[in-house]
Amino acid sequence: MADSGVIADNAVDDSRRKFLLSATVATGAVGVAFTAVPFIASWTPSERARALGAPVDFDLSKLEPGQMATVIWQRQPIYIVRRTPEMVASLAGHDSRLKDPKSEDSDQPPYATNQMRSRVADYLVLIGVCTHLGCLPKQRFDRGNPELGADWPGGFACPCHGSRFDLAGRVFEGSPASVNLKVPPYALADARKLIVGVNDVKGAA
Amino acid sequence: MAAVVKPPGEPTAKPGGLRAWLYKRLPIEEFLETQLTGYFAPKNFNVWYFFGFIAIVVLVIQLVTGIYLTMFYKPGEATSFDSVEFIMREVNSGWLIRYLHSTGASAFFIVVYLHMFRALLYGSYKAPRELLWVFGMLVYLALMAEAFMGYVLPWGNMSYWAAQVIVNVFGVIPGIGPGLVEWIRGDYGIADSTLNRFFALHVAAVPLGLLLLVVLHLVALRRTGSSNPDGIEIKEKLGADGKPLDGIPFHPYYTVKDTFGISVFLVLFAIVVFFVPTLNGLFLEHANFLPADPLSTPEPITPSWYFTPYYAMLRAIPNQRLGALVLVFGVMSYMFLPWLDRSPVKSMRYRGWLSKAFLTLFVISFLGLMYLGLQLPTRTAQIMARILTVPYLAYFWLMPFYTRWERCKPVPERVRFHAHG
Repeated sequence: MADSGVIADNAVDDSRRKFLLSATVATGAVGVAFTAVPFIASWTPSERARALGAPVDFDLSKLEPGQMATVIWQRQPIYIVRRTPEMVASLAGHDSRLKDPKSEDSDQPPYATNQMRSRVADYLVLIGVCTHLGCLPKQRFDRGNPELGADWPGGFACPCHGSRFDLAGRVFEGSPASVNLKVPPYALADARKLIVGVNDVKGAA
Repeated sequence: MAAVVKPPGEPTAKPGGLRAWLYKRLPIEEFLETQLTGYFAPKNFNVWYFFGFIAIVVLVIQLVTGIYLTMFYKPGEATSFDSVEFIMREVNSGWLIRYLHSTGASAFFIVVYLHMFRALLYGSYKAPRELLWVFGMLVYLALMAEAFMGYVLPWGNMSYWAAQVIVNVFGVIPGIGPGLVEWIRGDYGIADSTLNRFFALHVAAVPLGLLLLVVLHLVALRRTGSSNPDGIEIKEKLGADGKPLDGIPFHPYYTVKDTFGISVFLVLFAIVVFFVPTLNGLFLEHANFLPADPLSTPEPITPSWYFTPYYAMLRAIPNQRLGALVLVFGVMSYMFLPWLDRSPVKSMRYRGWLSKAFLTLFVISFLGLMYLGLQLPTRTAQIMARILTVPYLAYFWLMPFYTRWERCKPVPERVRFHAHG
């Protein structure tokens, strides 16, 4: 019957029907998948959002030793701390209480993968967003802060879920956050000018 | 079926009248007969059986007040907060419509939690009602999504930070996490784009899904019939007329009972709306009366009370990925109940002391976690939350064992019911 190419009036070619059915379903599924693309793409950051994410400059002369400033880059608060020599010295004493003292599992540019987590010891630049769930860690620079215990070396404490970080943004054991505060890409153009959002000064042009 | 008194479609109205005209064109008669006067429900419902109906009434309140709020609300970073204040201060009766909607959100969760507890108490999720339970849980999940996105819309400071924290939970998914978070936000932080898409989801997409799920929940309920406090299937004991011996028609018996229930509920609801609409920061948090500020996190940052049991679990675990996993696990555990419960009886009335003890501990841990989630994240609170998470999860995941070990009481042949004197 199939050989002659003639099918009797009431005979149903099941395998042919099954093939046509699955071919139709498969074609439809591919069509649906392609149609979904523009709808999914519409949720990604718009051109305007991307343009507004350009690098930002900061005038370092505004900061006295021990002070912190916050600038906005890509809708994230960037903490810029001018550390005192005592603050820098305090970083050496508590490696055993940190989850990731050498920043091996944390996110930072190569020039900040060190104990100070910065290009230079004086200035700390961090994304001020808790790596746990995105709250703003508060500045708690005073040693032995009564809320945080007598052995508190100074740093940041998150009000939402209680994560604690030292003055290099390294996370303490017992925090819900698992990794250190992120360091954004940044460059020091000269003694006064810091650029957040680029890895070297040329990129800022 | 013998339960149907008249042949369906036979109009009770006089021929030539409007009702007769309608009955010929719409299956109104059949609907009333199968769903109300010919639908038999167990006669021993108690106070716990009010909440399903009340939940439907709250859903209607939310739909109506929600539609009215969209007439005055303007989504957008620059306009949202001001338009909500405009509703509160300048739209005539706007404050009432908004308070009805915000109180309705909390009322919805109170009612749904009591409705869920009823199911745990009387084993309503057990066979043959597994799908009914699963649809109900999907309603609960849709409701959580709806409540969360609605909470973001006023663009107060707590709205902003709640969105920040919850959206970031998706960031722990290995590999795709950070990209997914950026996709949900549509920007590098919670922004105008996030607010606008949440508005679209809150007023259109999720309510449509919610309505569909509620219909499926009710259709599945009509197929199996309601369970009851004795956990006996009334369909198994039919009288000579084919009607369940322990059943009574939904209308007029339970329509009247539910009317009483809804009256009591509406009195309590109105008291909150008119006298304590914020319920001292529990229904509307103080921090949300300030506009969103990306540079200032409220202290403490807490979600609405109905999410705090899960939020407390998230905070308790000193590891980001594990914390998020426990949160998801805590919410999703309900879904598996029909298959975790191996007890031969449904109702807690005939179960052994182990089931009763685990359910009691579950309720204590749920309420304890709810309280802890509203507090500052101190070390004590963290440790307490860790301790309470154990009985919470044990209730679900030890259920296959304790429901088999315990000795149950014999279940009576017929439902126990004493008419009021």
